[in-house]
Amino acid sequence: MNELSQPKSALEVPLGLLAELTHVCPLGCPYCSNPIQLDKRVGELDTDAWRRIFSQAAQLGVLQVHLSGGEPAARRDLVEIVAHCAKMSLYTNLITSGVGLSEATMARLAEAGLDHLQLSIQDCDEASADRIAGYKGAFAKKRQVAACVRASGIPLTVNAVIHRANVHRAVGMVELAIELGARRVEIAHTQYYGWALKNRAALMPSREEADAAWKAVEALRPSVEGKIVIDHVAPDYHARTPKPCMGGWGRRTLNVTPTGKVLPCHAAETVPGLEFWNAQEHSLADIWAKSPAFGAFRGTEWMQEPCRSCELREVDFGGCRCQALALLGDARATDPACHKSPRHALMVEIARAESATQGEPGYVYRRMDRGAD
Amino acid sequence: MTVAAEIPGDARPRLPRGVRLKKDEVRGGHVLLAPERVVRADAIAVAILERCDGARTLDELVNELCTVYKGDRVRIEADVRALLADLAAKRMLDL
Repeated sequence: MNELSQPKSALEVPLGLLAELTHVCPLGCPYCSNPIQLDKRVGELDTDAWRRIFSQAAQLGVLQVHLSGGEPAARRDLVEIVAHCAKMSLYTNLITSGVGLSEATMARLAEAGLDHLQLSIQDCDEASADRIAGYKGAFAKKRQVAACVRASGIPLTVNAVIHRANVHRAVGMVELAIELGARRVEIAHTQYYGWALKNRAALMPSREEADAAWKAVEALRPSVEGKIVIDHVAPDYHARTPKPCMGGWGRRTLNVTPTGKVLPCHAAETVPGLEFWNAQEHSLADIWAKSPAFGAFRGTEWMQEPCRSCELREVDFGGCRCQALALLGDARATDPACHKSPRHALMVEIARAESATQGEPGYVYRRMDRGAD
Repeated sequence: MTVAAEIPGDARPRLPRGVRLKKDEVRGGHVLLAPERVVRADAIAVAILERCDGARTLDELVNELCTVYKGDRVRIEADVRALLADLAAKRMLDL
């Protein structure tokens, strides 16, 4: 059996939908992938609107939905949303910090048919974890939630984002995930978008640190096979080849914001000039097939050299548009993570300069503007 | 690590919670859905996975497939073991 692949020429049908149910979150992680301009409570979609979106997603061919945020448990209708997705036979994945998720809610989610839960941890060292989250007691709460998930029988994934403050403990985080009863762990080196880009100088590890962490985690694989699956996300700034961002723009997934805007990826709003459609005004099928933002970088026609004639153009799709924009000011450029990019040296230089900062990093914590609900 | 040849004949394979076989109405065929994974299941895989219910033993499952598909037992058993070992290593199947 193979990972699902489809012909590359025709318009493909999306496999996954990431729903940012809310941007409200008790934690302040400085690498949050949410946009700097967070959506406030007052403009959020109501339960019926989300139900319609998930029904349309199932009809369109979406198989898995990722219920995320912010903190999705901050939505009072989370159980109803999960139950609706289960009724539509969608595979439901809850992406949570665990903070705000009570034992009672967990039991109701299990009963509603939740398929899988992904719990973030900030570090395997408690004091460091709480400092990164900007929330005292977060780590202890996560341990309780993990126990609760385990008791419910729902499979658990632990997600750990790696950066300067915890890069030396990447192996410890795999060990913690095993101890917490996870069947899968994501060891994800920070991707610099949203809040992470803002905090890049405080988060960037040195090349040596990133390499050492990568090798140590890879070396664990034989001994943990059959016990836990490790999904390892590479550090872009120390890479030679770019990631196939989103599996290709407008090819596999949709991202819906708390207010119903439908994006090809969570950072797409940083690209100037893109026109996004809202699920309150258009059907998901129309948005997928016809909205300008989804068409903008779909396929290979938009590419410039060196992507245009590269033999890997339908493998990595030129890397990440938002990264090309953020670093080079041109969303059509080759992602500078690629060694073929004429600007590849820039990433190496940024990583070297920013990782050289000494002392405990000062973060700009992810917070909503004052005046938010 | 799960070695295909070492799975005992009395193992009762089952798909754990969070892993399910689904008919793909839009694209056709079947898919196996698991945490952050969508895997296309061909007709042989579907025949095997539909029987991974935690009740049948591996031996019973192979016997049943031999009767239904009238194939060579050695080959069928090898196919079944290979699939089960692969999925168990990915934690998509419990033995």
